[in-house]
Amino acid sequence: MSDRATRLPRLLVVGLFGLGLLACERPPMDVTQTNYPGVAIQQVTNPRLQAAKLAANQMPAPLPPVPTDGPAAGETFKNLQVLGDTSALEFTRLMAAMTTWVAPANGCNYCHAPGDLVVDRPYTKVVARRMIQMTRYINREWKDHVGDTGVTCYTCHRGQPVPEHIWYEADPGDAVAMVGSLAGQNSPAPQVGLTSLPYDPFTAFLRDGQDIRIQTASALPVGSTRNIKDAEWTYGFMIHISEALGVNCTHCHNSRAFSPWEQSSPARVTAWHGIRMVRDLNLEYLAGLSDVFPDNRKGPAGDVYKINCGTCHQGLSKPLLGVSMLKDYPRLAQ
Amino acid sequence: MAMLSFERKYRVRGGTLLGGDLFDFWIGPFYVGFFGVTTIFFSLVGTALLVWGAAIGPTWNLWAINIPPPDISYGLALAPMREGGIWQVVTICATGAFVSWALRQAEIARKLGMGLHVPFAYGVAIFAYVALVVIRPVLLGAWGHGFPYGILSHLDWVSNVGYQYLHFHYNPAHMIAVSFFFTTVLALSLHGSLILSVTNPAEGEPVKHSEHENTFFRDALGYSIGATGIHRLGLFLALSAGFFSAVCIVLSGPFWTRGWPEWWNWWLNLPIWS
Repeated sequence: MSDRATRLPRLLVVGLFGLGLLACERPPMDVTQTNYPGVAIQQVTNPRLQAAKLAANQMPAPLPPVPTDGPAAGETFKNLQVLGDTSALEFTRLMAAMTTWVAPANGCNYCHAPGDLVVDRPYTKVVARRMIQMTRYINREWKDHVGDTGVTCYTCHRGQPVPEHIWYEADPGDAVAMVGSLAGQNSPAPQVGLTSLPYDPFTAFLRDGQDIRIQTASALPVGSTRNIKDAEWTYGFMIHISEALGVNCTHCHNSRAFSPWEQSSPARVTAWHGIRMVRDLNLEYLAGLSDVFPDNRKGPAGDVYKINCGTCHQGLSKPLLGVSMLKDYPRLAQ
Repeated sequence: MAMLSFERKYRVRGGTLLGGDLFDFWIGPFYVGFFGVTTIFFSLVGTALLVWGAAIGPTWNLWAINIPPPDISYGLALAPMREGGIWQVVTICATGAFVSWALRQAEIARKLGMGLHVPFAYGVAIFAYVALVVIRPVLLGAWGHGFPYGILSHLDWVSNVGYQYLHFHYNPAHMIAVSFFFTTVLALSLHGSLILSVTNPAEGEPVKHSEHENTFFRDALGYSIGATGIHRLGLFLALSAGFFSAVCIVLSGPFWTRGWPEWWNWWLNLPIWS
């Protein structure tokens, strides 16, 4: 064969290989081993990507403390339906903190009618009141998931009135393509890590409470009504959890057998409670505000914005690096 | 052992890569050679270490015996024998035995005046092994990234490493490797069936040869790759399958830490449609 005949394919192969590597990362990497040697249950992380992630997840400095005695907020302010037994000073400090956490650009007027703190207008005031109740409910009743670290408004909001990571039912119009129904999949959706898996596993698992487990208890799937499609929904949802927490499947599972608890890590128990917590909050608190939210705070199917794992976690297995803000705002913990 | 009448003329001295005349003889049908001796040495030491590892382990169940690599915390240092050191020495022995075997193949080929295709092909298999237990662990900074030596334990390792990248089927080199594996099977089945078909003619018919072979594929596909060509193709397909398998695991970790589906983001970001 002549030189020219072989040079072009060779150049093409080497060029494609080089381009492929350009889309990759480079060593060295960091590794956290979480099981016995040789089991390959571990997290490999890129310290260069991790640095940016850590910087973006720092807790804001707490506001200076104020005396917790003095007249109660319930006696000082009218139409106060939450935190009435907090001191008026402490309550005002919390209001100021909430402003920096949720609406720093808009200020007090994002939730209050200018010059009238009493009236339940705009709608955001009603939402904020309900969200304070939700925050305290989480910290009180869902310790199985949030532990003593707990959550505050900032855990989700991060300085934005609408948290960055929310979900709503997929637009029914999305499902129809030229070749017919896509059955809610085969679109590289960020919710499921750009896979072709079903891109709205949230309605099924984080609202409707569908059963996530698809493995049969016996070696042969005798009598099972679950099929490969069910497995894809579960897989899509599991990839959402992984992406939301910045971890891989082995954070919770030993992939040799996904279902047995005795072979899984303790993190799986925390996740199990977390899934039920999110369902509870979506139904009780967010769907419960359906009449309050205006249309521009709802998805194309008319449902309110709801939460998933990414709403709090934002790429870390422990939101805000596991630092608790509750010690600075203890009333949110009660 | 009896030697066939024509075999003696192929028993030529010389052509060794190392050691001159040392071990340049046959035992029965087997050529010994310097690298035959090193193969035996490394194999025996490595196997003895595996048996020792099994003996100090919790089970003699052949499926469950496990010789794990050191903890990640040992990095690229030597570990105590009972804490992964056995794995490290076994890895040295295995690599030594595999490389010795390839060099023995090369010496035999040189004696016979043949090409070095056999040791080269075997070398690709060695590369795949070395990629798993040396290249990737070194790139990740710890011997603990090698796979454990055990029938079930190494399968668990494969599974967990795959799920560290959420969905391994999206690994581009894995895609290429799988395609080569399937194409290897396709090429071998076409070739095998063709050879059997010409060597099994109807009762009373003579055995057919390359003219028939070539004509069959020219009639069927418009092209016949030919008798030598099919073997070149087969070797290329098989070696590429092994090579890209090694590439796909070396990429996973040292050159990519996230889910493999996410790697394809460059496709979504092409300026054509983004």
